[in-house]
Amino acid sequence: MKTNTNPYIPYPATVEEAWYETGGERCIKTFKVVFDDEEVREEWTHLPGQCAMIGVLGVGESMISISCSPTEGKFLRFSIMLMGKVTRALHQLEPGDKMMVRGPYGNNFPVDEWQGKKILTIGGGIGQAPLRPIVEYVRAKQDKYDGLTMIYGARTSNDLCFKSEFEEMSKCDDLACHLTIDVEEEDWSHNVGFVPQMLLDLGPSPENTIAITCGPPIMIRFVLENLKKLGFEDDQIYTTLENRMKCGIGKCGRCNAGGMYVCKDGPVFNYAVLKEIPEAFA
Amino acid sequence: MSAMLLNKEKWPEFVGKLAGKKIVAPQADGDAMHFAPVAEGEAPALDYNNTRVPPKGALFPQTETMLKFQAGGEQVEEPVLDQETVVLGLRPCDARAMAIVEKLFKWDIDDPYYVRRRELTTLVGLACTEPGMNCFCPSVGGGPASTEGLDLLMVDLGENYLLEAVTEKGETLLTEIKELLEEADDDAGKEKDKLVAEAEQKIKRKVDTEGVPEGLPGLWEDPLWQKVSASCLGCGTCTYLCPTCHCFDIQDETEGFAARRCRMWDSCMFEEYTLHTSGHNPRPTRKERTRNRINHKYSYYVDKFDVIACVGCGRCTNLCPVNIDIIETLRQVNEAL
Repeated sequence: MKTNTNPYIPYPATVEEAWYETGGERCIKTFKVVFDDEEVREEWTHLPGQCAMIGVLGVGESMISISCSPTEGKFLRFSIMLMGKVTRALHQLEPGDKMMVRGPYGNNFPVDEWQGKKILTIGGGIGQAPLRPIVEYVRAKQDKYDGLTMIYGARTSNDLCFKSEFEEMSKCDDLACHLTIDVEEEDWSHNVGFVPQMLLDLGPSPENTIAITCGPPIMIRFVLENLKKLGFEDDQIYTTLENRMKCGIGKCGRCNAGGMYVCKDGPVFNYAVLKEIPEAFA
Repeated sequence: MSAMLLNKEKWPEFVGKLAGKKIVAPQADGDAMHFAPVAEGEAPALDYNNTRVPPKGALFPQTETMLKFQAGGEQVEEPVLDQETVVLGLRPCDARAMAIVEKLFKWDIDDPYYVRRRELTTLVGLACTEPGMNCFCPSVGGGPASTEGLDLLMVDLGENYLLEAVTEKGETLLTEIKELLEEADDDAGKEKDKLVAEAEQKIKRKVDTEGVPEGLPGLWEDPLWQKVSASCLGCGTCTYLCPTCHCFDIQDETEGFAARRCRMWDSCMFEEYTLHTSGHNPRPTRKERTRNRINHKYSYYVDKFDVIACVGCGRCTNLCPVNIDIIETLRQVNEAL
């Protein structure tokens, strides 16, 4: 197989590993996949923040953020919440099964421009999936950054993604990992409370810092408010948007927020740009 | 080749000369006109105002197969696109719409289906001498004899058509039918100019677009959107019949093991168009959808591609079941600016 000239043709990739991050009706399952074709595998390059159209032939495709950093190896990771028709078909996949992947799509977090700065990620729920590649990227090149702080929360401890990784990270000296859940639980040794409040309580200095947030819209709204309270300038803040998408390449029309196509002009937006887009938080 | 004349009685031969190519031209269908394939020996019905449905489907079919495969499989097959086509007698506004939409389909990444169909298609336009009651093409950069997007322009001079090539493809077509043609004299050119000037005079409706692309986003919270969308049924007619509307849905269809991925026209006036799987909808009511439709055509598209995505054909106004009039909407926009 060769690289396709038709951008709508997806490439087969094999699921190498699959595991559940969370349980319940809207459970989240993570897939580690590898392209079957060596050339595709070698030519594929992505950066934190980019997405891919993944699916099953005969069912459909969904735009899913790539939840691994290219520094981790020649594979892709997707953490997918069970929501509709396509995600249901994807959730049925087990190691050895195939999924169809095309991309990468959209812009990326300008992680290389951020070198020399402190990185602060603020995530909620499945919103940690697009932030995880930043964390991994910065950790892989940590001597190029001035530190990494991570704030991550979910409703309950069972709703936290990447839990084992965080427990591992909590032990590292080189990064500050702050976990929170909405309500008190037995055997929970971390913070209890909402993510925006935890941000205020920790009160990170805006000096030489880039803040990136992703999570439920209501969380993002209060995180932005609180970042402003802490003295962050608009252009120090980034987020990533999502909308219904079909083509992924700026043709089918539907994902626009104001004049911006989220699939192509986004999904990553600097807050200075974003706050001028009237539909951005619709 | 310079301007040529084709006697109207030579239509059957004209169509015969293009044997092997699919010819799509206006045909009567009850009281409406539609673009449909012309069989050999048939003449296109060119004595018409405009078709109800624009000819955009020649390049962007209402439904088209993107990929064929076995359900649950991994190997996909692309449809073969090799049918040379001549679209005969489309109006200059509809050709301009194709040129406008092409900018999007070629934006950064080529849409292979659209680009391939355009390569295979020769667009032969027919200048307007009797504009419709809601035509306003001059207000949005067009005109009754605009050649933008066309390969060849025809002007109805009574007994003859005046034929002027616009592109190399148009020249090639003239060469293929050269035995049927006579060289046009100066009088034919003067007659054309006269007819076009008269047609321009007959266009009564006007839209003032000055300052609209820059000003529209500032009217985001203006009460006008509630007002203009209050009677909207959300039927999508305005978008389906719009020659510049190009939004599509993608769906997989399976029948036994045979399956295909296809795309079909979609409409920003439908609730499901932007509905998230979570149930959240960033454009929950017709007010937001109407606002998006007007902003997309008159502001966002201008930002991205430097042209208004409306060609003034008047279809959305002519065929809206509740008489929503885009010219009136733009008048209200201007009033609010």
